[in-house]
Formats: sequence, C-alpha cells, structure tokens
Amino acid sequence: MIVLALVSIFMAISLIFNGLGVVGLHRFPDVYTRLHAATKCTTFGSIFMAFTVITYSGAMFYWSNDAKYLNMALHTLGAVVALLITNPTGAHAIARAAHRMGVMPKYAVKDELKEAR
Amino acid sequence: MNYADPLYIAVGVFMVYIIISAFRIFMGPTVADRAVAFDTINTLVVACMIGLGAAMWEILFIDIAIVYAVLSFVTTLYIAKYLEGGERK
Amino acid sequence: MKDAKDFVATFILALVVYLFLTLASGIPMVEGTILWSLEELIMGLSVALIVAAVTSHILCRSKNFRMLNPARWLIMLVYTIPLFLEMVKANFDVAYRVITGRIEPAIVKITPDLKTDLGITILANSITLTPGTLTVEVDDEKSELYIHWIKVKDDPDEVISGRFVRWIRRFAE
Repeated sequence: MIVLALVSIFMAISLIFNGLGVVGLHRFPDVYTRLHAATKCTTFGSIFMAFTVITYSGAMFYWSNDAKYLNMALHTLGAVVALLITNPTGAHAIARAAHRMGVMPKYAVKDELKEAR
Repeated sequence: MNYADPLYIAVGVFMVYIIISAFRIFMGPTVADRAVAFDTINTLVVACMIGLGAAMWEILFIDIAIVYAVLSFVTTLYIAKYLEGGERK
Repeated sequence: MKDAKDFVATFILALVVYLFLTLASGIPMVEGTILWSLEELIMGLSVALIVAAVTSHILCRSKNFRMLNPARWLIMLVYTIPLFLEMVKANFDVAYRVITGRIEPAIVKITPDLKTDLGITILANSITLTPGTLTVEVDDEKSELYIHWIKVKDDPDEVISGRFVRWIRRFAE
C-alpha cells in the first residue's frame, strides 16, 4: 500500500515537472532561459520516473526474492547516474556554443562575459 | 486493472510532451533553440524507455536507455562544437 | 612505474562499472558463484583490459592519484543529498518563473578558486542543476565561471557557489 502511494506520487511528480519543462521551452523568451527550464525540469522529471521504477522493483524484490527485480533496480540506478552526469554538461555545451555564436540573452541587465571578450 | 497500465499511460503522456517539444525544433528562431529542444527530446526518450522497460520487465530496455543517454550526450556535444565553430573566422 | 599505476586504476574503474551493470546475473544459473556468472566475469576482465590499454593515458592525465582514496568517493556520495535538496528548490523556482514569467536575467562572473579539473566540472554541473543559475563559460586558467542568472541579486560568489565550494573542496582537492 505504501509502495503504491510512493509510486503514484513519484510518477505524478515526474509527469508534472516534465510538463513544466516542456511548457517553459515554449514560454521563455530566449535560449538561456529555455535551457533553464529544459535542463532542470526534464532532468528532475526523468530522475523521478527512474525512482518510480526503482521503488517498484525494489518492493517486488523484497516480496519475491527474485534476482531479476534487483537487477532492474540497479540498472535503473545506473541510468540515473548517466542522466545526472550527461544532462547538465550538454546544457553547458549548448549555452557556450550559443554565446560564441553571438546569441545574446534578451532583457539582460548586465553581461560580464561580453565585457570580458 | 493491470499493474503496468499507469506506466503505459505515463509513457503516452511523455510522447505527447515529445511532440510538443518538437514544435520548438521547427519554430526555433536560432539554431541554438533547436539544439535545446533536441536535448529535451533526448531526455524524454530516456524517461520513456525506463517506463517501458518497467512495464514489460525487460532489463534490456534500461541498458539501452543508459547507452542512449550517453550517445545523445555525445551528439549534443558534437552539435555544440559544430555551432561554435561555424561563426569562427 | 607511473604508467603501470595508470593502467591499474583505469582497469579497476572499468571492471567495477562492468560488474555493476551485470550485477545479479549469476544467481539463478550457478550455485557456486556469489553474484556474477563465470561468463560475465571473464567478459568483464577482458573488456576492462582492452579499455585500460587504450584509455589509461587519458583518464589519469594529471598523474595525481588522490581519487584512489575511497573516503573521497564516500564524501562524493554524501554530497548528493544537499545537491538533491537544491534540485528540489530549483524545480519549484523554475515552476514559479514558468507560470509568472517574471525574469531579470544577467550573466555574472564568479571565481570559485578550485584548482582541479574534476572540482570545476562538478561545480559547474551542480550550478546548472540548482536554482536559477546556468553555467555558460568556464575559464580554465583563471578558474572563473560565467553564470547565467535568471534573477540577479547582489554578491554572486557567495549566493551561487558558496555552499558547493565548501563541499567540493573536501573531496576534489
């Protein structure tokens, strides 16, 4: 019962935050703010999708003692680590490329990187 | 109700999200916007794969999700490298 | 001698990753092995040998083996807890900005004063995942980070990176 509640909560969080990320992708005015929405929200949402699977298969392993479920949970943990490392780095690469291309942030109050160049 | 039904529903919602973000690829005013949308779609596809893997109890799906995450990261880096090289004199 | 140490470190890392991915493969098949089947062990050893032979000069470029100390890995594991709490805050912050559309962006410069590549990488990734900030450019020589900040406030050094730098110093320096 607790497992069911946890799984539902995690899945709801995942769906809500992924949705917010996608909405932010359309609502924000320029590349950098879009990256904020896209990176943070989708990373968080996908990690919670993985937590859903980890919780569920962990509970199944506890009930049935079948190694298949433990294997599933551990592999999903590996996916979480891969997402946590790769996603922010990709966002950083896009932001740097955008700034070097000459896309400036809109409505910016100050831009110390432009002054440094 | 089968245990896997909510997972299939979640995957369906993720697919709707993917379609919505694909509009940004077509609309995006600059190339960087398109790259951002592409990155978002990659993350959502990884989430889809994890959900499907749990719904069908296929461990292979999770492995492929890990490999897909790493490969899409390499692709994003490559696109970013190409973009910043494009304006260089 | 240094090369041999490189090789062994890379070999162990590759082997650990492989064994992590194939964990619990041996339980239903063979009774004698604890967690891994014999095939997986042999395959993991040979793959790790190849990987170590090809990439050992890339992984241990600094010739400084401080990350072989397991205590540092343990602190890195503990560090994920404050990072996760910050991620939760960041997501509610972004949700608020998405709904109200209230932004005041700027690119500011911070000088975290970390010396190692690993420390700067982890700091940059942490900054990207925490409230309202996104790393745009890293200056390797001077250890400066340029941060896109969605709502500017005063004193960027302390507000953005103060607590992370104190954590990261413990395991990456």
